[in-house]
Amino acid sequence: MGLLDKAIAWGEKKSPWIIHFNAGACNGCDIEVVDALTPQYDLERLGILQQGSPRHADVLVCTGAVTLQTRDRLKQIYDQMSTPKFVIAVGTCACTGGIFDSCYCVTGGIDTIIPVDAYIPGCAVRPEAIIDAVSKLLASLDRKEGKRE
Amino acid sequence: MSERNDHKVVLPIGPQHPSLKEPGSFKITLDGEKVERAVVEIGYNHRGIEKACESRNYTQDLYIIERVCGICSHAHTSCFCQAFEDMAGLEVPRRAYYIRGIVGELERLHSHLLWLGVASHEIGFDTLFMYTWRDRELVLDLLAQIGGNRVNYGVNTFGGVRRDLEADLMQDILHVCDQLEEKIKYYADLATTETTLIARLKGIGVLTPEDVRHFSAVGPVARAAGILDDIRVVEPYGVYKEIPVNAVTDDHCDVYGRTLVRVKEMLESIRLIRVMIREIPEGPISVRAPRKLPAGETLRRVEAPRGENIHYIRSNGSDMPDRVRVRAPSEANWHGMSYMLEGFQLADVPIIIAAIDPCYSCTDRAVSLSSGRDEQIASWDQLRLFGIEQYKKNGIDPGSIAIRPF
Ligand code: SF4
Repeated sequence: MGLLDKAIAWGEKKSPWIIHFNAGACNGCDIEVVDALTPQYDLERLGILQQGSPRHADVLVCTGAVTLQTRDRLKQIYDQMSTPKFVIAVGTCACTGGIFDSCYCVTGGIDTIIPVDAYIPGCAVRPEAIIDAVSKLLASLDRKEGKRE
Repeated sequence: MSERNDHKVVLPIGPQHPSLKEPGSFKITLDGEKVERAVVEIGYNHRGIEKACESRNYTQDLYIIERVCGICSHAHTSCFCQAFEDMAGLEVPRRAYYIRGIVGELERLHSHLLWLGVASHEIGFDTLFMYTWRDRELVLDLLAQIGGNRVNYGVNTFGGVRRDLEADLMQDILHVCDQLEEKIKYYADLATTETTLIARLKGIGVLTPEDVRHFSAVGPVARAAGILDDIRVVEPYGVYKEIPVNAVTDDHCDVYGRTLVRVKEMLESIRLIRVMIREIPEGPISVRAPRKLPAGETLRRVEAPRGENIHYIRSNGSDMPDRVRVRAPSEANWHGMSYMLEGFQLADVPIIIAAIDPCYSCTDRAVSLSSGRDEQIASWDQLRLFGIEQYKKNGIDPGSIAIRPF
């Protein structure tokens, strides 16, 4: 079964809602996240829906190296999400700080603040990579179903 | 949300909010449905890029500068490269200028299509949002073919460009231009005839020519008020010295005017790409660039999709810049934001904000240092003295570095 088929098969079972937060990205990865939701890639056909409020979302899609200004907000948003919750770090700077690592106003990757479940490297990531990561995350959920609180 | 004794409501929006992709926060005081006061708080995206540039060498800086903003990355590197080439006295090959021009116009196309989508999303016209983002993919695919990456294509380098345009690729570009032209003409038609769209956009977020001058707004915001502020026209650089641009202006002075300006600019970009591809000369695409710059300073301007982009470099003769300053167009356009919002309906707030095509990652440059209650902003001289003291404490005498007076 192809990757997309797997994702679609899973999507039939469940429909994860995502929320997107920019913690200090250059905007490159953010537009790719939105791109993944628009007709060419259309994540929505897998049941993935973008949500406005963290309280409604299952997956936090986070881009960018965390700046000092967004640090507390990121934590807050993560705390507001209901469990089970998952975090995807999109882009090299979300994974490690990337090119902005060691800037005075940057704390580093998303995982310096909140736990991350999936890392997508790339600067900028391609929408295909985002789809891949989401499907992998979903597959791993299948494996440890119910274990995670 | 909090209600005050005078029954006015203060509505905080952001920094995480559904309508914009980037963190920015607004405190809006409402009298009923009317916006009485709007306070804009930005700076969530401040990463310290200028200082990062100052502690790396020029070649490394190019990659950081590219990541100031993922939407108009080419405009930023073009500006930075031009400043560098100016100081180094490099003679850039003509073909390189043309390639920069073509990529720059493609970038304008994708940025304006992106804007059109976001703007239509803000007014609840999601069909158009999906249409424009679908069409935008055509441009992104081209950019990926040219530079190997959909965003941050890394085409520019000091002394020219890194990627040549093959004949087939140019054919592809022309082909996409034909496809896009048809679609953009349709959007232009839509923008001038669709009554609901016009009714929604007309008369809001007004910025008259005097206001534009007062707030020093740039780009489509200024052009929508009839002020010809297009660096490609008023101070042609690179390829635009040879291929003149027909600047687009409008006199609606409102969000509708900004929409028209952007849609017409896309058609102009397509024309420019066609002319550039027709006229592109043969030859080398880059010259060897030095690692170090002679001491001195320079300031260059280019026209990014959102307006005038300014880069300033000061060099002390080493391979690292002494000071880099990036003034992105959104930074100029934010000044008039509160003024634009005040007096309009709450429902118009998202589209008025979107109408300047704000880019937070471009904007968030400056930082103000505050300690407790007595806030203070250090001037450049104070910072310099502070730096010198710190170095002296570490046993280094920075006095030997000669810098031209500022
Ligand atoms: S990974 Fe690269 S493209 Fe993505 S937000 Fe960071 S700098 Fe921008």
